[in-house]
Amino acid sequence: MNGQKPSGEIAEPKVRFRDAQIEMAHGAGGKASRKLVEGLFVPILSGALPQSLTDAAHVQINGAAMAITTDSFVVKPLVFPGGSIGELAVNGTMNDLAVSGAVGKALVATFVLEEGLPTAVLEAEVRAMAKAARQAGVSIVGGDTKVVEHGKADKMYISTTGVGEFMPGVRVDAASVRPGDKVILSGPIGDHGVTILLARGDLDFEADLRSDTRCVLPLVQALARETAPGIRWMRDPTRGGVATSLNELARDCGLGITIFEEQIPVRDEVRGACELLGLDPLHIANEGQFLAVVAAESADAAMNALTMADGGDGARIIGEIREEPASSVLVTTRYGGSRIIDMLVGDPLPRIC
Amino acid sequence: MRFVDEFRDPEIINRTADEIRRLVDPKRHYRLMEVCGGHTHAIYRFGLKDVLPSNIELIHGPGCPVCVLPMGRIDDGLAIAQNPNVVFAAFGDMMRVPGTHGSPLEHKARGADVRIVYSPSDALKLARTYPDKHVMFFAIGFETTAPSTALTLIRARAEGIKNFSVFCNHVTIIPAIRAILDSPDMRLDAFIGPGHVSTVIGCRPYEWIAVNEGKPIVVSGFEPLDMLQSIVMILRQLRTGEAKVENQYKRVVPWEGNHAALRAMAEVFQLRPYFEWRGLGFISQSALRIRDEYAEWDTEQRFHVPGVRVTDPRAAQCGEVLKGVLKPAQCKLFGRECTPEHPIGALMVSTEGSCAAYHSYEHRKNQLTSIQTVA
Repeated sequence: MNGQKPSGEIAEPKVRFRDAQIEMAHGAGGKASRKLVEGLFVPILSGALPQSLTDAAHVQINGAAMAITTDSFVVKPLVFPGGSIGELAVNGTMNDLAVSGAVGKALVATFVLEEGLPTAVLEAEVRAMAKAARQAGVSIVGGDTKVVEHGKADKMYISTTGVGEFMPGVRVDAASVRPGDKVILSGPIGDHGVTILLARGDLDFEADLRSDTRCVLPLVQALARETAPGIRWMRDPTRGGVATSLNELARDCGLGITIFEEQIPVRDEVRGACELLGLDPLHIANEGQFLAVVAAESADAAMNALTMADGGDGARIIGEIREEPASSVLVTTRYGGSRIIDMLVGDPLPRIC
Repeated sequence: MRFVDEFRDPEIINRTADEIRRLVDPKRHYRLMEVCGGHTHAIYRFGLKDVLPSNIELIHGPGCPVCVLPMGRIDDGLAIAQNPNVVFAAFGDMMRVPGTHGSPLEHKARGADVRIVYSPSDALKLARTYPDKHVMFFAIGFETTAPSTALTLIRARAEGIKNFSVFCNHVTIIPAIRAILDSPDMRLDAFIGPGHVSTVIGCRPYEWIAVNEGKPIVVSGFEPLDMLQSIVMILRQLRTGEAKVENQYKRVVPWEGNHAALRAMAEVFQLRPYFEWRGLGFISQSALRIRDEYAEWDTEQRFHVPGVRVTDPRAAQCGEVLKGVLKPAQCKLFGRECTPEHPIGALMVSTEGSCAAYHSYEHRKNQLTSIQTVA
């Protein structure tokens, strides 16, 4: 028929991802991860690129809107000060839903287990999941188990998928961010990444540190109760850290983000470890914090709501949205110096969540 | 946090910046070279250029060990890592440095056993943990890291650990500074001297720079205040027409150096007659090899090393950038073919490399400034 391909045959989507092989960096949450998602997964699986990639997808089923997200957990070691893989698997997915403005209602879990894994280890992690789910108010309603040969996986991996109901009046959208908006961070950064790094025992130093892993839903709800319409955007800065999350926002909204270095809460132990190892706390993963951009006029109310809430006393306004530098994140120091901070490139700390 | 916060105190920094503004002659252009890659990184990380008057130009020196390592040496090391029994251990800095057939990380993705270690003694620990494997530590660095390699080799010999060797790429700083000063297209007013190297070699080895070349050199720490104070000390010398070696980093650097570290180096290493530096070419007596007494732990004596020589891509201007003749953004490949994700030259790889530092911290800021200037 008039030169067109027979119906049903669709042109192969163009893949822009050019790296010849998959490396650790593609899973590290930074630039390489984004390139893989935008250059390969999205064009083949979804066609057009959505305006911004968010932590949870928005779906409509029979007119009912819901949020859905999925996350895999491959942390090593399985148990670390402050948490463990089972508890991360629940809170991580709950947090992705929360920062998308949704309350997680149900989770399903997939376990990939290595042959030879002691049952006691598995049981402890399943118990940790149950406890975390109870605390977060979510039900684990289904799952799947696969066992792979000894040596083909590292003890156990967990993947969880969650569905959630949107909080009334909350709309998380990078396109709604405006110059003058304030950037709020819920508490000190870098605890999780540095704790995991030290827990591996490869480094000969110790610090009194615990992972910050927790469910941030109560804090997000406190914020939403006070000022739902004032919330423009939220994200939990996990792999790639605060710098990567803010760079994604800067790119998605096309505006500049200025953050004030002295306002960014970082514990001395984390700062010390980062100074010694040559890492930037802004690139280190967190599991119990979130970033929120709120309208300038809502900033005081938002800060009040957060600091009054349980576990929110570490919240700070760390920066603001400006016109310039477009699509970039600028860090300023108290003595007038400034630097552009990019997404994490590569992966100095493999597999931390 | 002690030893950090005092040196980032905005009030003292602003006072020191005022002092710099008082000392500069507005009619004069100052070209100061920071020798050490750690300084380059600090300058960008703390945004020090925003604090300095515009007629003080900071030029990046040769002191980034990853950046001056020729690609052939990386190829040699990775060739040995092809042996399934060999563990390739190196500092994180090395992991993304491209060889002809990819970086150590890319080799890891293809199945080579590549490990990141934080010190040579961690590599020796790996050798103890895997007695059936051969652990090769790919050693890089100036006098800063050479003593810890030396001590590790002394320990390996004392403990009789046979499945461990060092592929030695240690270089020395003084010949590199001499090469820079001998370069005909180089006009410098003074040096911000390397801090960490000097903790080992002390300040005396720089005296010829002041006495014979008439250039001030101030050994400097790495905090913003350290660097600004060093610039004050340099400006004072230049103002009075003096040239001497001064030590700003007294809290860490002893004038005479660290004798124990120097002894360990002398025990294990001897000077190579010559060594190739990326961008600078062959420099005589500029690198260390492992003495014959330690031959059993010397990768180059234990394994067949191909001895690969690779010329840099012709369009890359790493040499000019390394010598301070060009600014990173003036290189034809900068930000186009050569980026931190896909580095072509080593200056783009290490966080201490001037191109990578410039790219991550300054590049877009400058693009913005130039756009504003045009508008």
